[in-house]
Amino acid sequence: MSLKEPLLPIVKADQLSKCYAGKTVVNKLNLNIDAGCFCGILGPNGAGKTTTLRMFIGHCPIDSGTLSILGLKMPEDASLIRESLGVVPQMDNLDPDFTVEENLYVYGRFFGIASNVLKARIVELLEFASLQDKAGSKISELSGGMRRRLTLARALINKPKLLILDEPTTGLDPQARQSIWQKLRELKKQGLTLILTTHYMEEAERLCDRVIVMDQGEVKADAPPKQLIRNEIEAHVLEVHAANDSLIMEIKQDSAIARFEKSGDIFFFYGSKLHHALTVLEKSGHDDYLFRPANLEDVFIKLTGRDLRE
Amino acid sequence: MSNILSIRLFFIRSVSIWSRNIQVWRKLAGPSLMGNFGEPLLYLLVLGYGLGQFVGEVKGLSYMAFLASGVICTSAVNSASFEGMYSAYTRMDVQQTWLGMLSTPLGVAEVVFGEVLWAATKSLISVSAILIVSIALGLVGDAWAIFILPVAFLTGLCFSSLALLVTSYARSYDFFLYYTTLFITPMVLLSGVFFPIESLPNFVQYLVKVLPLYHAISLVRPLMTGGELTFVLGHLSVLLFFGVSAAMLATYRVKKRLIK
Repeated sequence: MSLKEPLLPIVKADQLSKCYAGKTVVNKLNLNIDAGCFCGILGPNGAGKTTTLRMFIGHCPIDSGTLSILGLKMPEDASLIRESLGVVPQMDNLDPDFTVEENLYVYGRFFGIASNVLKARIVELLEFASLQDKAGSKISELSGGMRRRLTLARALINKPKLLILDEPTTGLDPQARQSIWQKLRELKKQGLTLILTTHYMEEAERLCDRVIVMDQGEVKADAPPKQLIRNEIEAHVLEVHAANDSLIMEIKQDSAIARFEKSGDIFFFYGSKLHHALTVLEKSGHDDYLFRPANLEDVFIKLTGRDLRE
Repeated sequence: MSNILSIRLFFIRSVSIWSRNIQVWRKLAGPSLMGNFGEPLLYLLVLGYGLGQFVGEVKGLSYMAFLASGVICTSAVNSASFEGMYSAYTRMDVQQTWLGMLSTPLGVAEVVFGEVLWAATKSLISVSAILIVSIALGLVGDAWAIFILPVAFLTGLCFSSLALLVTSYARSYDFFLYYTTLFITPMVLLSGVFFPIESLPNFVQYLVKVLPLYHAISLVRPLMTGGELTFVLGHLSVLLFFGVSAAMLATYRVKKRLIK
């Protein structure tokens, strides 16, 4: 990618809103995403993540506000924008009637890419997705991880400037997930701008250089993951499982505890160090506890609450 | 972009969908041809032979010759309708193929038109096959019969557009039974496929003349048997009118359904 590209934000959303049947799903969203950024959007179910991404692709009419992608207006220039967009949808929509190679070919033709250009590109992409040996396989013969890698390869067929991934690793085993992560990091290194939604905090923490936490259609926090943890939450978390009341009372005496929460039979104490609490626990002989540095999941829970979203 | 260029682009993109579908079809051509061509042929041969013995001549034609043009049109209707309903619904809903297409520069109108073109092509394929057999059976009058092919294609365009409109409302495959049972089947039975519509009460005749199949048959029958063609523009307009309006409505409906 050339360095002389104008430094326009790749995504620029201004007061972007979407309602479904009177319910606001995305609420006056303001968002700028710069070129080369790997941006993760986190949020509980129904937070408005997928709706936001669908607006970026032009799959969702905008109720109010403005949205420009790659310097072009959505939805007026949707088709033009999509020429430079790669999309990995939440639900696989690979073509089951075709082989791996044919999937890439047919999809490339939708972009109007010439047949000979496409053939060379497919060789590169199969290698990138580690699917060289599967070129002639049917989709039904692929594992979940292979399908996702093929979907990723397919999204790259047009050499996009922006790659949009909606929960790309949901339902994959750890090996398959890590292999996707590796591919995504490679793309980031090549200078591609990436936006991904995920429910895996670890994924966002490892991959993204910017994390946006959404809830009820609004941005609750927006920063690099490490900074988010530093700014939004205490340094350490002590989880005490299935302890009796008197032990909990004693732990609470620790003045270093900034706050605590109870969820089921687990107590969460937040603070730094928590020396006193740990000494109490050690003496009591209750060994069902965990003392750890705070992570993105703690931030997430703090910002969006512990209630189930269904 | 000038108008001509954007129309050209629209066609190129629709054709990319058409070629996707033909590529799938090539893999399954055997069973597909069997359904689209084998079944109507059985009707033609068995009814034409069996009933032909009782009926004798219809409007100066052998019954099998009379029936052949009806069967050809019915085959165009069924091929396009099946493709526009079951296959299109699979791509729209079950496999989410359309949503994948819509993540590329393609728009809903191009997807719908590409599907319509493809379904009409299937009509053309099955009609061509039946026509070849009809020639072999001596049921074709003269070389004018070649113009049956564009009429079959237009009939396919018309009925695939209607089918896609139905599909845009469908929530499951069962929904299509309403359309086939309440619309397609009565239309096929009454539009002059098996007997001339003059044997029907007047008000039924009026009703039949409002529906597109009658107009397709009115063009195909004289072309096939060397009869006199009348009201050509009128018949063509009815097929075009149904096709264009249904395709536009279907585009609107599919857009509302997928881009929401």
